[in-house]
Amino acid sequence: MTALTVPAAPADDAGLRPVPWRRMAWVTWRQHRFALGGVAVLLGGLALYLWLAGLQMHHAYATVAACHPASSYACQNQVINFDTTYGATADTIATLLNVVPALIGAFVGAPVLARELEIGTFRYAWTLAFGRQRWTLAKLVPLAIAMTAAAGAFSLLFSWYYQPFFADGNSIPLDPKLFGLRGVAFAAWTLAAFAIGALAGLLIRRVVPAIAATLAACAGLLFATGLYLQQRYMTPLIGRNLFTTPVSAWIISGWWTKGGTTISQSTMNQIMITMSRQILPAILPKNVNSNDIKFYKGAANSQVLNYLLHHGYTQWTSYQPGSRFWPFQWIEGGWLLALSVLLIAATVWLVGRRAT
Amino acid sequence: MPGGVFLGRPGAVPGPKEEYRVSMNVLEASGLGKRYRTTWALRECTLAVPAGHVAVLAGPNGAGKTTLLNLAVGLAAPSAGGVTVLGDQLPGSPGALDGIAFVAQDTPLYKTLSAADLLHLTRNLTRRFDQAYAEARLGELGIPLRRKAGKLSGAQLALTLALARRPRLLVLDEPVAMLDPIARHDFMATVLAAVSADGVSVLLSSHVLTELERVASYLVLLSRGQVRLAGAVDDLLATHHQASLEELALTYLREAPAEVAK
Repeated sequence: MTALTVPAAPADDAGLRPVPWRRMAWVTWRQHRFALGGVAVLLGGLALYLWLAGLQMHHAYATVAACHPASSYACQNQVINFDTTYGATADTIATLLNVVPALIGAFVGAPVLARELEIGTFRYAWTLAFGRQRWTLAKLVPLAIAMTAAAGAFSLLFSWYYQPFFADGNSIPLDPKLFGLRGVAFAAWTLAAFAIGALAGLLIRRVVPAIAATLAACAGLLFATGLYLQQRYMTPLIGRNLFTTPVSAWIISGWWTKGGTTISQSTMNQIMITMSRQILPAILPKNVNSNDIKFYKGAANSQVLNYLLHHGYTQWTSYQPGSRFWPFQWIEGGWLLALSVLLIAATVWLVGRRAT
Repeated sequence: MPGGVFLGRPGAVPGPKEEYRVSMNVLEASGLGKRYRTTWALRECTLAVPAGHVAVLAGPNGAGKTTLLNLAVGLAAPSAGGVTVLGDQLPGSPGALDGIAFVAQDTPLYKTLSAADLLHLTRNLTRRFDQAYAEARLGELGIPLRRKAGKLSGAQLALTLALARRPRLLVLDEPVAMLDPIARHDFMATVLAAVSADGVSVLLSSHVLTELERVASYLVLLSRGQVRLAGAVDDLLATHHQASLEELALTYLREAPAEVAK
């Protein structure tokens, strides 16, 4: 073995200035323009649909909204007709749109690092003077901003599209299925899904499994949020004998009490159904139009409720009022943003540490 | 393939620190080890490769050559010991990234990018890039700039990209394994031209020594994750009374298992 030579003079380039950030702009665009184009086509196509379908729907709703007096039978019937004509489609659209952030995370976020690691090009990119951590940041941040901005713009359009169903009381803004599509939530979900995808790509190192893992993780997070988390953003309000809760309130649960003991809503429902079946024949006129039966059923139900209230029963409702829509939006947007920043920071940190 | 070796580079200026480059070690390792889960890919590796050589890292498959090169270019972090490059720089540090051009095994390049795009990408992400040299060399090789990298021989393109960065150290992992004899000759001729024109140091790994006999001036022999032999080729041949590197390597590699068994 050769003897060690005299240590070389201190490096003349110890104080090298980093390669400017802007040099990555072309690289990121060139390598991800198809993904960006794909998102543009997906969101653009959906936006075009929402726009055209929305125009038609808003036109129809203008007639319904003009109906006066709004509480009249005729006007209520128009509302019901409107909801049955357009409601099912809008509902399906809303359900499907919940998948969009996960798709963006899986098909845009996951491949960013997974593809490089899978085909080995990271050995090229990460040994250039730009530096691997800066390279990662310079890819993830602009892509994340682009995805978030596109999603934010899209959710504005969706809010407009869906407006009639909030106006006529058919839907409530806090409904988890709709909540994540409006305000800041849709953009925040897209950002979080992108960050999940990027980290999954780095950890899994293969495109297809990373896409699958991202879809699974996003679905899990979305369901956990809708089913458990969202209703706990703020302590629910408890209402007593609120048979007519504010239309926009999101009912979390209901129960009854009598003399200090709690009776579940399902037990009470059975009691009430039995009672109203007994009352209904007495108040139903002869030769009743089959369309009108439900109005008499309503009358029977309120008689039952009156009876229960006068006999020591109390009905309790735990709910989130519709006025909490924006506070909830900021809470959801806030934690998703924090999660995204954390995931992207973890990704950049791991790229620096990642041994091959 | 259009013949001829592109000698020298238009516009290439000799480095200002020529004199200390000679005394500098391009790779220095002490007690260097790398473990993947439970297996040591490289153990107790101590060596110093001086600048100005075409150093060949030889050894059978699985000897730890790629691991050592990955450690040298900063793609892997040591599990034990330490390694510095280009004097006293840590692999992966700005100075090291700036001075080292690495061509990985099987030359992974972005297949959907054209040769011109790859030049542009590399120029954007490096501090120096000799566009004129790169274009002239690709022209000489008959590689159209608009052709996608996936449809080209990756080795020559990757080498051109690496040399256009005007590195002080060129690291090549199994560069000739996949090439046919003519391409192999042309590839090594390009490397040697860069060595004589710019004083680039070269560190390359190979599991075949035959072809490299002519070019190697320094040898590091690895087997089973350990350095068996290291030194300037002339010294090694003189000391061990062997006629060729291949015989020398064979002798050492045959002895190695016994040594390990002890």
